[in-house]
Amino acid sequence: MSVVLETRGLVKRFGGIAATNDVSLQVQKGARHALIGPNGAGKTTLINLLTGVLEPSAGTVELDGEDITRLAAHRRVRRGLVRTFQINQLFGGLTPLQSLALAVAVQQGSSTGWWQPLGRDARVAPRCEQLLKTFRLLDVMDQAVALLPYGKRRLLEIATALACQPRVLLLDEPVAGVPEGERQEIFETLGALPADVSVLLIEHDMDLVFNFASRVTVLVNGAIFAEGDVQAIAGDPRVKAVYLGEREHA
Amino acid sequence: MSDVAASLRAAARWRWWELALLGGLALSWFALPSHSLLLNEIAILALFAVSLDLVLGYAGIVSLGHAAFFGFGAYAAALFAKDVMPDPLVGLAFAIVVSALLGLASSVLILRGTDLTRLMVTLGLASILYELANKLDWLTGGADGLQGVVMAPLVTPFGRFEFDMAGRTAYAYSLVVLIAGVLVGRRLVHSPFGASLKALRDNRLRATSIGLSVHARLVAAYTIAGGMAGAAGALLAQTTGFASLDVFDFHRSADVLLMLVIGGTGYLYGGIFGALAFKLLQDLISAWTPQYWHFWLGLFLVVLVLVGRDRLVRPDRWWRHRTAAAPAAAATEAPP
Repeated sequence: MSVVLETRGLVKRFGGIAATNDVSLQVQKGARHALIGPNGAGKTTLINLLTGVLEPSAGTVELDGEDITRLAAHRRVRRGLVRTFQINQLFGGLTPLQSLALAVAVQQGSSTGWWQPLGRDARVAPRCEQLLKTFRLLDVMDQAVALLPYGKRRLLEIATALACQPRVLLLDEPVAGVPEGERQEIFETLGALPADVSVLLIEHDMDLVFNFASRVTVLVNGAIFAEGDVQAIAGDPRVKAVYLGEREHA
Repeated sequence: MSDVAASLRAAARWRWWELALLGGLALSWFALPSHSLLLNEIAILALFAVSLDLVLGYAGIVSLGHAAFFGFGAYAAALFAKDVMPDPLVGLAFAIVVSALLGLASSVLILRGTDLTRLMVTLGLASILYELANKLDWLTGGADGLQGVVMAPLVTPFGRFEFDMAGRTAYAYSLVVLIAGVLVGRRLVHSPFGASLKALRDNRLRATSIGLSVHARLVAAYTIAGGMAGAAGALLAQTTGFASLDVFDFHRSADVLLMLVIGGTGYLYGGIFGALAFKLLQDLISAWTPQYWHFWLGLFLVVLVLVGRDRLVRPDRWWRHRTAAAPAAAATEAPP
């Protein structure tokens, strides 16, 4: 297996606090890699560093062996590094269909067109239809996103990321706020992603993590605390103490 | 064609009221020959307001200095007619190009910062241009303005038209440019580019996260809007035969913002409805009470904002509760 996404000595300081502290992480091609840790461990900060929303204080980020530490956020997306957000980030004034069509158009390079209507490119609609079907959004595709119920917006959040044809997908708590019964369904969809798409998942629900991921990295206080395959991490008493243990008592 | 493809295209389909509006505009030239001067001014302000809508309603950039482009286009057209050649169409093209270039150059000012800083820098740019036009009197005529701009007849495939005192040619000219501007704007807002503007207006973080270069899109939008506002300014200079400092004045920027507030933003036609309502109100009230028309216009705006545009212009919603009316208004794409 080869490494698609790699960080070396990544540091992010906010004032005196190191939210990310010397993180060297490797995500293998096609991996189902989970990132866990207690609240405030710096998981989302790490995702923000990977995607270019934040600039690191030190260290590098590499995609396919190329240094992208200083690359603008939107260019990383075009190289296939795509994320979802813990808190929905959607286009309230568009419809789900328009949101997805735009993302598909950007991905296919037709988004700079300013004369033909959005649906003119024949490659856009079929891809949108497929995504809408997968995420059960067909019946609400023409409603304003701002008026959709939360569950639908959560699905659109993930669908929008997939519309960008990710090669590396960073999922920041994809089922946050989704009712218990529907979580499994979202993970089944994510499980059906092509095998060469690498996924880095932040998730609190340990059952979901252990079902989905093959490799787990534990982050504590901004630094990597432990890393290994699922069985090793699940059985690691230190991890249980800092994280799993807490949750079992809760 | 699948439902999805059909839905995707439906947004760009012509609606009956759009055609009725454009038809009504064309008809007004024939129906109201004695009001051509007022209508000409309305058409020019409408084009100006449509250009601000592209920036404000679509790209979400608030500007309190849109007169910078209007005035720049006006002076460019007037100087071009005076010093280069008097042909109106070539002059219009020249004004559009230089105003678009001003938009391109000044777009760096609106890329960063908050709405408040953008209000200040756009206001500042218009003030700087006002003072420049004032001080460079060897070029602009200073406080006296550029007078005696003589335009050549309008040469079209349908014949040559002299600009007349009654403003018949002027209104036809402005109307055609307005409609052309709206048609171009319409293609623009329904295109992927237009969708990307709405996307970055709604959520810049997400727009970046689907691979859009927010800065490049804003620069393009500001450039296009600058060109369109410049066209409006050029029409004013060409059809009135002069350009004065008034075209850069703060009230121009404020008025055009008020027109959009009246007409509504983000659906392209708000500028036309707003310019119409604003100018007619101004005309009617000032004929009735020349000294106090500002008071009544201000009162109207307060009522408009407190009651809400939707309820004010749709009598069927007057007695309905606000919360019941709101979702229906958002779900249907009806005219205001």
